[in-house]
Amino acid sequence: MLNAVLAAFVLAFAAPLVARHMPRQVGTIAALLPAGIFVWLLNQAEMALGPGVVERWPWSPLPGVALTFRLDGLSLLMALIISGVGALILFYAGAYMHGQAQAGRLYALLLAFMASMLGLVLADNLIALFVFWELTSITSFLLIGWHFQEERSRAAALQALIVTGGGGLALLAGFVLIGLVGGTWEIAELSAQAGTLQDSVVYLPILLLLWLGAASKSAQFPFHFWLPGAMVAPTPVSAYLHSATMVKAGVYLLARLSPALGGTSEWSLLFMVTGLVTLLLGGWLSLKQNDMKRMLAYSTVSSLGLLVTLLGLGTKLATEAAALYLLAHALFKGALFMVAGAIDHATGTRDLRRLRGLAGALPTSALAAGLAGLSMAGLPLLAGFAAKEFIYEAALFSGGGVWILTLLLLAGNVAFVVVAQQMTLRIFAGASLSFESFHAPAIPLWLAALVPGALGLALGLLPDVTATLAGAAARAIYGAPVTIHLFVLPGSVTPMLLLSALTIAAGILLYRRRVQLEPWLNWLDQGARLGPEGAFQRLVEGLPHFAARVTALQQNGRLRSYVLWIVGTWLLLLGLTWALRGGPGLPANLLVRLSDLRFHELILVLVILAGLASVMLANTLMTLIVSLGVVGIGTAIVFILFGAPDLAMTQFSIETLGVILFVLVLYRLPGVVRLSPRRTVLRDSILTGLAGAVITLMILIITDLPLVSPLKTWFAGASEPLGHGHNVVNVILVDFRAIDTLGEITVLGIAAIGIFALLKLRPGRKVAEGKDGP
Amino acid sequence: MTSIILVVATRLIFPLMLMFSLFLLLRGHDAPGGGFVGGLMAASAFALFALATSVTRARDALRRSTFRLIGIGLLFAFVSGLPGLFAGSPFLRALWTSTELPVIGKLSSVLLFDTGVLLVVVGVTLTIVFAMAEADEEEEE
Amino acid sequence: MEVALAIVIGALYAAGLYMMLRRSMVKLIAGLVLLGYASNLLIFVVSRLTRARPPLVPEGAQGIAEPFADPVPQALILTAIVIGFGLQAFALVLVRRAYQAVNNDDLDQVTASDRPDLQQ
Repeated sequence: MLNAVLAAFVLAFAAPLVARHMPRQVGTIAALLPAGIFVWLLNQAEMALGPGVVERWPWSPLPGVALTFRLDGLSLLMALIISGVGALILFYAGAYMHGQAQAGRLYALLLAFMASMLGLVLADNLIALFVFWELTSITSFLLIGWHFQEERSRAAALQALIVTGGGGLALLAGFVLIGLVGGTWEIAELSAQAGTLQDSVVYLPILLLLWLGAASKSAQFPFHFWLPGAMVAPTPVSAYLHSATMVKAGVYLLARLSPALGGTSEWSLLFMVTGLVTLLLGGWLSLKQNDMKRMLAYSTVSSLGLLVTLLGLGTKLATEAAALYLLAHALFKGALFMVAGAIDHATGTRDLRRLRGLAGALPTSALAAGLAGLSMAGLPLLAGFAAKEFIYEAALFSGGGVWILTLLLLAGNVAFVVVAQQMTLRIFAGASLSFESFHAPAIPLWLAALVPGALGLALGLLPDVTATLAGAAARAIYGAPVTIHLFVLPGSVTPMLLLSALTIAAGILLYRRRVQLEPWLNWLDQGARLGPEGAFQRLVEGLPHFAARVTALQQNGRLRSYVLWIVGTWLLLLGLTWALRGGPGLPANLLVRLSDLRFHELILVLVILAGLASVMLANTLMTLIVSLGVVGIGTAIVFILFGAPDLAMTQFSIETLGVILFVLVLYRLPGVVRLSPRRTVLRDSILTGLAGAVITLMILIITDLPLVSPLKTWFAGASEPLGHGHNVVNVILVDFRAIDTLGEITVLGIAAIGIFALLKLRPGRKVAEGKDGP
Repeated sequence: MTSIILVVATRLIFPLMLMFSLFLLLRGHDAPGGGFVGGLMAASAFALFALATSVTRARDALRRSTFRLIGIGLLFAFVSGLPGLFAGSPFLRALWTSTELPVIGKLSSVLLFDTGVLLVVVGVTLTIVFAMAEADEEEEE
Repeated sequence: MEVALAIVIGALYAAGLYMMLRRSMVKLIAGLVLLGYASNLLIFVVSRLTRARPPLVPEGAQGIAEPFADPVPQALILTAIVIGFGLQAFALVLVRRAYQAVNNDDLDQVTASDRPDLQQ
């Protein structure tokens, strides 16, 4: 499995090269890999449906962080969708993108996305899953922003990245909590910890974080708005990432974790409410779209809501319905998107109002759309029919609130039937229009759409295959053995069949009366501005303004105000902590401790303080330099008195050199001037005086505490035996901590080069190289 | 700004300071001293020389470009870490010879490292001092 | 002596910060130098003072008998002094060049590099 993921990443890097040399065949060549993976997965199916296939690659020394892959029923279903649709999409993209600039980049990104998505569904370790999760967000960002020259594309890409990336962060936090509580990062082992996880005090926080991650990725309300925006991407991208695969990642995650975390009332409430709101909102919004892709996008949002609802419900029937619908939806929605792309390619428009009677011109696309539309509407003989039967059955046997749930699901399904008719009858039936720039689509543009459409029919006609695939996936979600029984045609009249019939009848009626509905639909527009997308816009626009105002306040370009901010903040935080926590006061034994001060030390202290006063009062540069020298020499004497001869010698040398430096630039420096008004002087005196007093107090408190220094003892004892030196300070510098010293002298060298450059290099003048020659 | 007293005094003090610098370096491992102080002392000697005569003459006395001193110093310090690496120990592990030489004492990778520190400090300090002095001279021209 | 030095260090910090808050360029350098002294002394004092007992191993001995000064902060301060010198030199050159370029020693007049709105 690692090989499959890695091969896709490797081919992703090679794709631009292939595209340059074989622009005609690149799509087909790139499609070979996912097709190969698809075949390999089918080969593994027997094992996967039984005990499951596991691979483990430890890559980090951290315990529990490994690249574990597991192929079970659920990941097999997802991986088959990813590789199967992936192969079709690449084949399709070969014709769709032909002749466009930088098409190689698209194949590269699509393959990289496919590798990440495969990794996501195969990973059996939370950390590995998270890494792949983020990789899909990033590749999705790059693909949405495909037409990066257009402002609209960039904005949509950024919006999707911020929403899904923010959700990803929440998800990481949730994963960490799960790992800490459950004691393992392996997803397979988490199911055994279900009790521990659900009784934990952080169960609710985990659920909410998971909700943020899954809902943002799978475009659930209130994060649904990024998905229609993502339709600015080329159609292969929309068909692949934003209908069949990536947006299913959130749903997949819920399904994957439901044995460990699901089954509680919190779980059901959270995800059923989210799912139902999304189902209805998406369905409602899909009715009023005129752009084919946007309509399909809202319909996808609605479908994702349906899946989340089923997973929230979590009964055996609901998981069966979810698995069936997952499969059926990937097929019909992928096909419909590809048909939309083919029509766009052929006619140059995606506007539903301008498209009519295309059946004559595009018979093969019409066939593909017809099959997909029938499946979407849930008519017998097609995969979508069985899924719908199970959805209604799950609702009818859900236990509580049966009629409300059934009604809401019915409403959502009616919208699907309408969309299915829009994509078939409205576009293809009737008298044909003439288009100026009509050209017949290349074979891949309709063939790639026809294959999943036909597969929907095949799965409907082969109920055993469908039942095996979906049943294995449902078993992984439900956590217990599940067997699905499917029939080609309903044998008897059941409540579910009646509900299906009602759905289709209502859908047809609604489609016929769509003109009368428009005022109703427009009513929702008024609210949209206040909706989550509006809030997101305001947030995104407000943030830079806020940042600019804060920056202008804090960073006005004056060094003084920076210092003021730093000192002020430091004092404020320290003072607050001190006040809130009741920090230590002045130590009581100060006088006793002061009494060990010797006479010569007192003189030294007074000399330093006098030098300091002179620095502050200095009127001329000379006074300033000499006063600084007094303070420096005073410091050196402190070092001598308290057993630090090395420091004293260094300090003396520095003072000498410092004076030489000052002398060299003395006549080039500005004088010592007073510029600040009296009020500023007063403010600064108070603030800095306070800072100094706090430092003094801190030193007094620290030195009053007992100090145990194991380092001191160790270095003193190890210096001679290990370092062969008697001067411990020097041994530390050149032996024990030599690598630090090496770093420091390197920094010194860099500083020297900086100073040299500052002095010698000037704009408009050549460097005087001879001056520093050998 | 050349005064005859400064020139004469410098002529006497300059070699003494350089010898003292070497002395500080060699005894640094056992008594106060070492590469940092030794380097500052040697740099002071050359800075004094430059003040008393001229930067050009100080540069001639130094014989090497100050940048080259920094480079050689860093190279010394780095190379002194390699023997440890080849002996299977971590980088910069100190190694000692058993033979004792007059004046220098036992040869060791540590001494090479400290010499590197000294050269870098001399190079850095003199780069700054010479560059400042030259900038001053140029502007007076 | 720790108490007295605590006061000295407090005064050094106060004076250093005060000088950095001035508009005169030269005072800025003086402030930097003072902060350097203050920080070195701070590290020195908080690791406790020991009078006249440098961390030197006596000839023939394996270790040093207590009390002796802590060598660890000394090693830190030694390099800090040298680096501080580099900083001081850099600041000097910077001020010298800035003064030459803008011909004004009021730091409040040298704000353009930080404000994109003034760099037209």
